[in-house]
Amino acid sequence: MAPELTDVQTAVAAASTDETARITATLIRVTGDWNLAEDCVQDAFARALADWPERGIPRNPGAWLTTVAKNKAIDRLRSAASEKRAVRELAILTELEGLAEEGISNPAADDDRLRLIHTCCHPALPLEARVALTLRTVAGLTVSEIARAFLVSEATMSKRLVRARAKIRDAGIPYRVPPPELISERTGGILAVLYLMFNEGYSATGGDSLIREPLVREAIRLTRLLLALLSGSPQEPEALGLLALMLFHHARRNTRTDAAGDLVTLEDQNRELWDSAAITEATTLLATAERCGTSRRIQPGSYRVQAAIAACHMTARTSDTTDFARVAALYDTLARISPSPVIELNRAVAVAMSQGPEAGLSLIEQLDQSRALEGYYLLPAAKADLLRRLGRKTEASHEYRRARELAPSEVERRYLGRRLAETLAETKEKNETPTDDPQQR
Amino acid sequence: MEYMLFICTDPTAPKYVAAEDNIAEWGAEMESRGVALHGDRLRPVSDATTVTVRGGEVLVSDGPFAETKEWIAGYDIIKCADLDEAIEVASKHPMARFGKIEIRPVWPLGE
Repeated sequence: MAPELTDVQTAVAAASTDETARITATLIRVTGDWNLAEDCVQDAFARALADWPERGIPRNPGAWLTTVAKNKAIDRLRSAASEKRAVRELAILTELEGLAEEGISNPAADDDRLRLIHTCCHPALPLEARVALTLRTVAGLTVSEIARAFLVSEATMSKRLVRARAKIRDAGIPYRVPPPELISERTGGILAVLYLMFNEGYSATGGDSLIREPLVREAIRLTRLLLALLSGSPQEPEALGLLALMLFHHARRNTRTDAAGDLVTLEDQNRELWDSAAITEATTLLATAERCGTSRRIQPGSYRVQAAIAACHMTARTSDTTDFARVAALYDTLARISPSPVIELNRAVAVAMSQGPEAGLSLIEQLDQSRALEGYYLLPAAKADLLRRLGRKTEASHEYRRARELAPSEVERRYLGRRLAETLAETKEKNETPTDDPQQR
Repeated sequence: MEYMLFICTDPTAPKYVAAEDNIAEWGAEMESRGVALHGDRLRPVSDATTVTVRGGEVLVSDGPFAETKEWIAGYDIIKCADLDEAIEVASKHPMARFGKIEIRPVWPLGE
């Protein structure tokens, strides 16, 4: 019986997610030709859409697609080889013909994907090209999807990808997993690409909300893939930490804005709505990271510490019961690993929460005077909140105004505008009915 | 593949220490590996001359990098399996520590 069209579409979509990178990676390894590999894999999916409704969905879609893509590559190379009689291409043909067809059960296929990620994230490529290439080749996103995610035109993104591929070929960037002595530094770069991808999808600034969520999911999926391939390597604890960090953030996805699309701060989010399964998984991953880091004597890196901070927030029943002393101590560690004024600002906020607003404010004022964060709206925003808590409302409203002017998105401007209005109302209230003044009581 | 290494000065790099200069060792290793093809130092930018022909007229001037503090101080042409090997070769060159090295793939005519 012929399958329903929707069943076929579902099967093709599932195979696309699971198999595209695997098959493309293998074809790139054998042919060394990125465009050929991608074209052949796309042809194979097009054939599936035409073929499966009539002949049924194959028992092993991955193997079916591998065979079709492989045969396409052979056809294309044969016609090219007969013209040029290139010896190299004949050698490739022989290897292609001998290629195992069960892409799925073939252990080399996983190695091919690892090779692919390492090649896409080679440090000789510009960072934006690394992200784009990973999304295109490893995650299988279309050029227009990637362009939308990064708020550039399709033509720009397309050019960027063409240039990156040309550089891989012309500069001799090898298609392989680097040797052991390079694995650590290279894997660090891959984790950075995956985190960038995640943040691009997670940050609420601008863009088409439709594509942002898939970007987050892809980053999580690829981090899982990388993790599976990193088993036993020195980078494993950091990769575990990164995945935990992503899952902790992702668990709050439904509570970060309200029904009107307005920003809800961590403090005010409805914890009932957090994704408890994601939090549980992240907690377990982090514990595994700590355990395997300790047993192999690997100092925690930035992702592990950031995940530990997120864990403090995500596992507290209420905002008030968060262990802010631990959060502040972890920011201290983080500041040592990767010093940055943004981390100092976060540390100051944690100090304010654990030791009182005075202590936090003095740290923020030092930071403000150093001008290291000039133009960064979260500094005046944090300062304003502490001033408000100290009852210094006039100064607070001044800082809220400063923050609102610098805020990058409409959602954030609205939020700060609301806080400003509240502070101004409190100031007014205080002037008219000065109940805070002991002399009048 | 062939790569050209541009050995560049860098005013922000640690100061040159003659005792830590292992250029002879580098040359010997790369030669024995068959990596190094040819290389030498270059005279400073102040000794450079720039030639331009515009509208059939030859213009000769000094420079061209007179304003910059970084310049190409030497070059090496190497033959490597891929970029990773070229990076490894460049990273062992003493000027990677006292300056910086730009790796440029050679693009043979006709390719």
